[in-house]
Amino acid sequence: MSSDGAASGKLPRLLATAEPGRPTGIDEHAAFRGPLPWADSRAARARLLECVDESGLRGRGGSGFPLATKMRAVARGRGPRYVVANGAEGEPASRKDEALLTMVPHLILDGAVLAATTVGADVVSVCVKADSRQAVDAVAQAIAERAAAGVDPVEILLARVSSRYVAGEESALIHHLNGGPGKPTFVPPRPFERGVNGRPTLIQNVETLAHLALIARYGAPWFRQLGTDDDPGSVLITISGAVANPGVFEIPAGTTVGQLVRGAGGAQSPIDAFLIGGYAGKWFSATPALKLALGHAALRAANGTLGPGLVYALPEGSCGVSETARIARYLAAESSGQCGPCVHGLDAIAGALEEISAGHAPVGTHEWVAYWADAVAGRGACHHPDGAIRLVSSCLEVFSDEVDRHEEGAGCVALERV
Amino acid sequence: MATLRVNPITCDAHGLCAELLPEMIGLDDWGYPIVDGRPIPAGLVEHARRAAEACPTLALLLERERSRDERSQ
Repeated sequence: MSSDGAASGKLPRLLATAEPGRPTGIDEHAAFRGPLPWADSRAARARLLECVDESGLRGRGGSGFPLATKMRAVARGRGPRYVVANGAEGEPASRKDEALLTMVPHLILDGAVLAATTVGADVVSVCVKADSRQAVDAVAQAIAERAAAGVDPVEILLARVSSRYVAGEESALIHHLNGGPGKPTFVPPRPFERGVNGRPTLIQNVETLAHLALIARYGAPWFRQLGTDDDPGSVLITISGAVANPGVFEIPAGTTVGQLVRGAGGAQSPIDAFLIGGYAGKWFSATPALKLALGHAALRAANGTLGPGLVYALPEGSCGVSETARIARYLAAESSGQCGPCVHGLDAIAGALEEISAGHAPVGTHEWVAYWADAVAGRGACHHPDGAIRLVSSCLEVFSDEVDRHEEGAGCVALERV
Repeated sequence: MATLRVNPITCDAHGLCAELLPEMIGLDDWGYPIVDGRPIPAGLVEHARRAAEACPTLALLLERERSRDERSQ
């Protein structure tokens, strides 16, 4: 029997053995979590897939796609398969994957190896940002510990990858693993059909795999003890901005933004708006935002997206337009530069937002932003431009008064405190 | 049933496709094609094939969906 308090269904779950600056070693991990049930027969594999199905676990990298569906698609593929653990998600403000990689790497590796044996892969590549020194070291050490103990029936490889924003996009990661640049490719074929070395490839965010490692041990009903019917389980959220204690929190899915803010020590100053879902997410005014439930289904119902679990609190007195201009310019610069509409469109949008923010833009400039957003939507090889457009469109809606003020030359909220 | 699709990575905005098939392909402000993704009317299929063949980077793709008869064989 393990001593895992998480088995009782309460929090923390993923972060139960987490200690900053020190990865949980293999012995402590095994003692605390108990043995990992292998899917070592056809019947066992089928049972595990049913279990994952019942759990309702969805991808935690931003897609929100049901894991069981992806696993089944890969398992149906021809020839040997491949598993990629994606720890290279590119959102600058997101800290959750780094937290898992540096503190509980064995949980990720458990999930990755379990997924591999279930879908019929004999190798796993764990992708970590090359300049996340701590994460690289923690994963390398964990892989070495497992090799020495001889616990895994599959090979585990560590791949150091770029930290660029789109490098963690699934086709970009696979492109890199196949020896090419870390830039998105044209699909189809999608990774589950042909990915690394042409193999049907299951690529999953490291948090998703960590959840899998616990679901396999404790079951789907256990997973669903937290969260809601539509958004079951626990989820890692990175909260930043005007809160007393920004950082990574493991919360029941469906927790509201307001509850999360309280859990993060409360607002440091009055909050004007929230950016939910990262740079490819959406702005929400503070009052409605506080009631939003943090879950894939709940946010989609509110026309938003959970993305990689990011919440940013914009304080009153900060200008949402100039924040968005800054992010839009970053996104334009992070385009892989492969598709004309993305390269030109995001640059034009960023330029217009910069002019609006600086107070140089004539009245109506924001209509150009909306026009370019429409022109570019869906015309890139990947969803990078679509995310930028989602963000920018929400800015025009939520900060429309501020946009008007800027265009009319009537000042900016950020200058009022000077 | 055939449809057109652009590979936006390979596309270099040469613009021949829009010239050869203006009924289904327009150009955006930067010269990149905006393609009508609906099934190609029978009378335009030959023009669509020529447009795909004319693309200097082979970015324009003519994609066929196999008919039910073909699939069952």
